[in-house]
Amino acid sequence: MLSVFKKEFRAYFTSPIAYVLIGLFMLLSSMVFYINLASPTAEYNYLNLTYMSLFLILIIPVLTMKILADERKSGTEVLLTTSPTSLTKIVIGKYLAAFAVFMVMTVITFVYPILLKIYGNPDIPEIIGGYVGYILLGASFIAFGIFASSLTESQIVAAIVGIVGLLIMWLLQGIAPNLGGIWSDILNWFSLYSRTEDLFAGILSVKAIVYYLSFSAVFVFLAIRVIEKRRWSKG
Amino acid sequence: MIEIQNLTKSYGQIKAVDDISFTVEKGEVLGFLGPNGAGKSTTMNIITGFIPSTEGTVKVCGYDIMENPEEVKRKIGFLPELPPLYMDMTTYEYLNFVADLKLVGKNQKKGQISDVMELVKLVDVRGRLIKNLSKGYKQRVGLAQSLLGAPEVLILDEPTVGLDPMQIIEIRKLIKALGKQHTIILSSHILPEVSAVCERVVIINKGKIAAIDTPENLSKGMGSVSKLSATIAGPKSSIVSSIEEIYGIKYVEPHIEKDSDVIEYIIESDKETDIRRPLFFAMAKAGYPIIELKSLDLSLEEIFLQLTTQEKEVM
Repeated sequence: MLSVFKKEFRAYFTSPIAYVLIGLFMLLSSMVFYINLASPTAEYNYLNLTYMSLFLILIIPVLTMKILADERKSGTEVLLTTSPTSLTKIVIGKYLAAFAVFMVMTVITFVYPILLKIYGNPDIPEIIGGYVGYILLGASFIAFGIFASSLTESQIVAAIVGIVGLLIMWLLQGIAPNLGGIWSDILNWFSLYSRTEDLFAGILSVKAIVYYLSFSAVFVFLAIRVIEKRRWSKG
Repeated sequence: MIEIQNLTKSYGQIKAVDDISFTVEKGEVLGFLGPNGAGKSTTMNIITGFIPSTEGTVKVCGYDIMENPEEVKRKIGFLPELPPLYMDMTTYEYLNFVADLKLVGKNQKKGQISDVMELVKLVDVRGRLIKNLSKGYKQRVGLAQSLLGAPEVLILDEPTVGLDPMQIIEIRKLIKALGKQHTIILSSHILPEVSAVCERVVIINKGKIAAIDTPENLSKGMGSVSKLSATIAGPKSSIVSSIEEIYGIKYVEPHIEKDSDVIEYIIESDKETDIRRPLFFAMAKAGYPIIELKSLDLSLEEIFLQLTTQEKEVM
């Protein structure tokens, strides 16, 4: 697991992908930070973190698109599945590598609250709570992105499936509550964003934390099942 | 070492592998021969646990691939048809990663990687990116990968495909050397390769086994006569009549006139009797020198064609 993690993490930084994504993300998030500062009601969590979460819809699927699709395309999947290391460990190693890149991206954004602290008096506990929510949200996106990457051998298709899937989940928060009945409940489960409300308000809601962790686990598990299933039906 | 019993793999109506059984002994180099699409790769993919079989069992060192996949995977080194390489890694990084995947212990890892690089002659390119290596080197990296983890069994799927003649000879030499310590199954559609490297050959066609034997027995085994070509100097009619007197001769025929009195004869005899010695003494006694004498037993190529086309006629 550790070796897969190391290999994948290094692969992100030996190709331009990590630099491009991190650079792009910094550009967007610092623009938001400027707008936030210039607005009369500066609020770090509601403005910065909310917008940053939206950018992740584009950034994360691109980060994860290659992770399983490319193994299949370049024929290296054979190496992974015929080695004595279990597939679960391999996929979790990959998940953690993508998560580590995401964390690098996140840690750089700590510079904004630090600037706020130097020049003002922000509510630090609330920002910490907000970041917990933001990181958990990112972890769930990564799990979904890996699942999308397991479905196809084309990186482009994986990215599109990931982005569209995450967009749908974003839009669901406005649709699910209006449907009523069982549909409302089911679709609500996929409504990733609505769970950030408590966390962004600085409330460490256990329910939300458990939700995000289980969402991640479910999609990592599904990605593993997709690979297994395909091997069994390989034609 | 490897026991394969009633192995079948179907894709819907099509049977890619149809009820195959054979065993490979420890230390044996087994050739897996067949035309393209005969089911060679499918069988190998099943043995290595990459894809499951529809029916039948595969046991490696007593472990069943379905019941103890991890044990079996530890024992097998696999070189697929397309070497599974990460183009953006250097040779050393790649081998290091594979050693981890194969759960090679920390203490042995360094030694094992350098041993393998030495053996496969990769030391010169250890720091180069795999995507910049030539096809021959890529194939060697693939072979090196299969040797990591000190597996007892090597499964090599067309290891010489796409290489130039020099590289082919090198890889074959290497496989022969590896055969001293490993049990090897090697697939190929190139016949001289199999007869050069393998001790036993499985010929497979349309998912079924057409023949299993040593390359020599396969060449002998076909037909009931053994054929010789003899080029002898002397008058045609008296040579024919003195050859016909030898015990065991079934048929003599002058074939090609090479010089005014030097003629190549085709001689057929019973399979059991070796007529080369009597032939020599008969000719010596009569005073007709034998210029050239060679066996015309079927080459593996001809047997292969016979076996694989016979199947076609049955269908």
